[in-house]
Amino acid sequence: MRAGEKIKTVRISIVGFGHVGSGVAEVVMRKHDEILRKHGLDLRIVGIADLKGAIVDEGGLNRDEIARFGAGGALLDMSSLELIREIEHEVMVEATPTNVTNGEPGLTHIITALNSNRHVVTSNKGPLALEYRKLMELAERKGRELRFEATVGGAMPLISLIRENLAGNGITAIRGILNGTCNYILTRMTNENLPYEHVLREAQEIGIAESDPSKDVEGIDTAVKLVILANSVFGMDATYRDVRVQGITEITPDALKLARDAGYAIKLIGDVDIDGRLEVAPRLVPVSDPLNVGGTLNVATIRTDLAGDITVIGKGAGPIEAASAILSDIIAIYS
Amino acid sequence: MRISMDIELKDIPGQLVQALKPVSDLGGNIISVLHQRDKKTASGRIPVQLVFEMEESRLDRLVEKLKAKGMHVVSIGKERLKDSMVVILIGHIVHSDIRDTIERIDSTGFAEVVGLSLSMPGVDKKSSAALVLSAIGKKELKEALRILEETATKKGIMIISPI
Repeated sequence: MRAGEKIKTVRISIVGFGHVGSGVAEVVMRKHDEILRKHGLDLRIVGIADLKGAIVDEGGLNRDEIARFGAGGALLDMSSLELIREIEHEVMVEATPTNVTNGEPGLTHIITALNSNRHVVTSNKGPLALEYRKLMELAERKGRELRFEATVGGAMPLISLIRENLAGNGITAIRGILNGTCNYILTRMTNENLPYEHVLREAQEIGIAESDPSKDVEGIDTAVKLVILANSVFGMDATYRDVRVQGITEITPDALKLARDAGYAIKLIGDVDIDGRLEVAPRLVPVSDPLNVGGTLNVATIRTDLAGDITVIGKGAGPIEAASAILSDIIAIYS
Repeated sequence: MRISMDIELKDIPGQLVQALKPVSDLGGNIISVLHQRDKKTASGRIPVQLVFEMEESRLDRLVEKLKAKGMHVVSIGKERLKDSMVVILIGHIVHSDIRDTIERIDSTGFAEVVGLSLSMPGVDKKSSAALVLSAIGKKELKEALRILEETATKKGIMIISPI
């Protein structure tokens, strides 16, 4: 922070207190002093709400209060929407789970926050995959920001990289691995020559795949992220239903071996380009290609008209990684 | 089509130009010329290796013109299919008649299936295959992939293509 600059207090609400929401609370606490020193922002969490209730402290909640809320205690009888509307704050962090059927409850949370003149930072893919244009228009009308770096590629800085660092470049295509669960399963099947079902069960045991893995392995999660890129980078007005999707459930160890013998790895690739291609499918990636990353990593190659191809690799999933992206978005609103 | 041709020239000045002129006169595009002065034949002629692109229908006229100029055309090699792609298939490949799928590609005249490795784990289990498609150009290769995808979709076979 430069001398003479005033400290700005930024009051934050967190709606949805699962892994991501509590990760945000954790990093805001952990990084508070550093952000104050570097950016002149005094970040305070003034309210948290989820299905079980809410807690509020207009001066800023402390660690103990947040921990008690996390454990299910000290609840106010206040709904998420009441908190968004009635408690004075600048930024609402929307971290409820993704719902691609109708976007709720996140969609209503975001609309209510923008209508109450709050900035919104979200990790929730549903509302953006279904109502991107409507939400961005509302934000613009209200003169507020709606930021969503955490929705695509977790901690990997993709959207802000394109918008800010690559400003001036025309982006012609983005393709990559946007789901760490699928990447883990395919990597492990290839390396150990194991069948899909076996590796899936193993991934579920160590918490990399959910008990209902369909969103990941059927390519839905990748498709939703692709739509967010299509809309935010390519200015499309696409929804999740416009994507051609094929998942990884049919991939056999034999296919992986045949591909490897021919010099390729099989990866679940999301592919969007300026001509309107919008496709998620297992594809052959040359072993030497930068997109050939293993484990749970995410990766994306951005094809630009001036800078050529740029590839970003990072941890796609995890509460602290998502919280890192959310924190960057909050700071970006004020810089 | 890409054609490679071995010819033999008399060892007198101006022969090489005389040999190349008909290729361009017939709309051909010369890609490489290997003039091997140090490898004279027993009859004292100089072997030249030409590689060029030309419509196949004009090849006979080219050979006639070269012969008329007293040149020997020793061999003609056609490199018809110059673009290739590996594609992985997963499904009941044999039961759904892979021969029919291959014939559909081969019958196009511009593309062929030039390689196939098949892996069949068990009678009722899905097989996997690596198929090599070749075509006379990039556009034709893309079209061959489209035909393959169309056929495969009807048969419930999954196609994995390169990025």
